[in-house]
Parts: sequence; C-alpha cells; structure tokens
Amino acid sequence: MWGTSISLFLLFSPLQVIASEQAQQPFDFGEMSAPNYSLPPLPYAYDALEPYISAQIMELHHGKHHQTYITNLNAALKTQTEAVHTSDITTQVSLQQGIRFNAGGHINHSLFWQNLSPASSPDAKTSAAPKLVQQIKATWGDEDKFREAFKASLLGIQGSGWGWLIRVQVGQESRLAIVTTKDQDPVVGKGEVPIFGVDMWEHAYYLQYLNGKAAYVENIWNVINWKTAEERFVGTQADAFKILKASM
Amino acid sequence: MSSTLLRTSAVRSGLRVSAPKAARAGLAGTTFIRGKATLPDLAYDYGALEPAISGQIMELHHSKHHQTYVTSFNTFSEQIAEAAATSNIQQQIALQPLINFHGGGHVNHSLFWENLAPKSQGGGEPPKGELAGKINDAYGSLEKFQGEFNKALAGIQGSGWAWLVQDNVTKDVVIKTYANQDPVIGQFRPILGIDAWEHAYYLQYQNRKAEYFKAIWDVINWKAAEKRLA
Ligand SMILES: [Fe+2]
Ligand SMILES: [Fe+2]
Repeated sequence: MWGTSISLFLLFSPLQVIASEQAQQPFDFGEMSAPNYSLPPLPYAYDALEPYISAQIMELHHGKHHQTYITNLNAALKTQTEAVHTSDITTQVSLQQGIRFNAGGHINHSLFWQNLSPASSPDAKTSAAPKLVQQIKATWGDEDKFREAFKASLLGIQGSGWGWLIRVQVGQESRLAIVTTKDQDPVVGKGEVPIFGVDMWEHAYYLQYLNGKAAYVENIWNVINWKTAEERFVGTQADAFKILKASM
Repeated sequence: MSSTLLRTSAVRSGLRVSAPKAARAGLAGTTFIRGKATLPDLAYDYGALEPAISGQIMELHHSKHHQTYVTSFNTFSEQIAEAAATSNIQQQIALQPLINFHGGGHVNHSLFWENLAPKSQGGGEPPKGELAGKINDAYGSLEKFQGEFNKALAGIQGSGWAWLVQDNVTKDVVIKTYANQDPVIGQFRPILGIDAWEHAYYLQYQNRKAEYFKAIWDVINWKAAEKRLA
C-alpha cells in the first residue's frame, strides 16, 4: 500500500520530471499514449426500433450508458499505461477488474447495436441468415425451440447480464450454443464467436417494459439483425469484433 | 435462516410462517407441513417517500418485484422440500442458488422497506446513541460515512446492494456490497441497506444513479437501523 502511494505521488509530481531530466533521461509524459475508444455511431436512428424498443431507451442506452463504459475504460487504460511506465504493478493489478467491466461494457454494447435492426428491414428476417438458420434447426430441432431455449436462458439470469448465441469450436466441430454472462463479462473465450446478444440489464427495457422483462424478450425477436448474425456465423472472431477497431 | 438476523417486528411479520397449512407433495403418501413467505405491508404509502423515491417506483418495487421474489421463493422452497423428502441430493443442490436468489430478494427488500421512512415519520433524522458512536468511530462523521457508502453503491458492477453491517464477533460496523440478491448472513448482520438495482431508481433517475444515492438519505429510517444493532 505504501509503495503504491509513493508511486502515484511520483507519477503525478513535477519532481519526477525534474529528477529524470537531471539523470538526462527526460521522461515525456506526452509519449505515453493509451488507446482511446470512442462511441460507435448507431447504424440506425434512435427511434428506428420502435415500437419494440423505445427511442428514449435507445438514446439513454447508447448516449449515456455505453458512453460511460467508454469514458471509464479510457480513464482506466490511461492510468494503466502510466502504471506500466512506472513499473507500478500493484496499481496495474488493481485496475484489472475495472478494465474488464468497462471494456466488457464497450464490447457488448458495440456488438449489440450491430446485431439489432429496424423491424421493417429485410435484415430483420431469418431469411437473411440461411446458413445460420440451418445450423439452428440442426441444433435445436426448429426455430421455435431455439427461441424458447434462448428465452428461458435470458429469463434465468439472476441480476444484470447478457444472453448470447455463440459459435464455439469444439475439437473439429463448430457448434452453436446459448450462453449467459453476468454483468458486463464479454464473450471473448478461445474459439468463441458471438453471433448475437441481448442485453438483460434493467436499463435495456425498464422505461418501456417495467418489470415485464418476458415481454421485452419476446419483442426483441422483431429487431434481431439476422444479416449481421449470418456474417458473424460464417466469419472469424476478428470479423465479429471489427466494430471495436473502427471506434478507436 | 437465522432467526436472530431479522429482529424487527415488521420484517418478522413479512417472513413469518402464516398459519401452517398442509401442502400435498408430489410424492404419493407424503405430506409436508410448511409455511409460506408473504409480502409484508409497507408502514407508509407508496407516495410517502417523494420526492426522493417516486410513488410509481415504490409501487412497482414492492407489489411487483418484491412479490415475485416471494412467489418464487415459495415455489422453490416447495420443490427443495420435495427433493429432500425423496432424498434427491442433486436436485436439492440445483435448487440452492434459486433459494439464495429469491429468498435473498425477499429478505433484502423486507429489511429495505423498514429502513426507509417518510420525513414526517423521522426519515433522514440522523442516528443517535450507540450506532452514531460506531459510525463516528469507523468513519469520522455521518457525512463522511455517507460519502463512503455512496462510493460503495456507485462501485457496484451490475445489480446489488450496499449494506452497513455489524460484525457479529467484533461488534464493529462496516460498509459492504453484495451482488444481486445475496443476503447479509454469517459473520455479519444487516443494519442498513440500499438497493442499487436499476429498478430501484431508473424510472425517476435513469442513468443518473448518483442523484438517487444522494437523495435517498432524506428518507433513511435510522431508528430502524439502531434497533438492528446487537
Ligand atoms: Fe446495456
Ligand atoms: Fe429491488
């Protein structure tokens, strides 16, 4: 603890710069650049998912909640970069949980916006995902059974979290699976590709659905972007996360 | 559940065993005698905590969210009793997280309603006596304590609660956060809890949860908290 506060003191103290200059090793804080993420724009208008998700929810969810994850992530990454430069390992370790949470929030929401679509779009029809639907049928029997299983998983989440349809590599085989994750834990495991996710935090539906989360889960099928889902299904893990690279 | 955990009468009435009635179990020839958890009445009107907490939030929170925990807890209690009666250990283990979640939701909300009060019934009046002393010893002042408590609330990653708890051995008080509906049990006893789930504030405060954490101190019932001290 003492070591940590000493390091932080030096980190933010002009004395550190002077001391470095005296040692003829100028320490340029300007060169310590941490990655800086920015809010990816929505691929549709805030009211484009009405009546299934209200414009008010979308505006708060994207403009406030997602932005807050990014703001907190950037701050934590900046502190981490500084801690790496000063070999302050205790600070680096203490930042891990916050980075996981806020980076997870950024990853999850970035994927989520892309895997939603206005209901009137052809992308919102399962016909936009022929290969994926074929494997869904092979896995669950038919689309309805898959939806029932997905719904049951979503409604079984205790607290905040997400439900995902993922593609997972098991040995030689590429399988589909429904997984739920708590809080903002992202789906980033080896061999796992997120296909589409549904945000089950209360902020995702409460203003419109109140305690009726089952209705939210029913209605969200109207605005799933099956075209994006198909692209993620046939693509690589890196393809699925390309939106994150674009928002740096 | 330890009966000493819930000391105050209103909470006890919420969790009390209503007139035991025989419930027919799934297994032929076996009958369970058990009591059901029931939703406790609030000691104030839904609108009585305004402007800190809106009447709409209170009504949904109490009559829908809390009721769902009560209903689900009763359902899973019945199932676990059946599993015990048939010596189905796997099923008993499988049901334990559901008992923890829904039972915790019932216990937490029952304690929460009690540790809130309208200003006209003493809401927001600072603690006195032994509890005030313990808070001052640990945190320096009530204001500093509230600052630390609000920091703990803001730091919850996901759904959960912040509690002022008392260590059953040392008798010291300390702020702790609990995920989801994990109840305050074991080493600690609950003194004062604040619900940090989004349903507790979202209709009124949306993403501005810090405003909710600030406002709720106006309706904290410190008398109820004092009574929970061991
Ligand atoms: Fe969200
Ligand atoms: Fe609650």
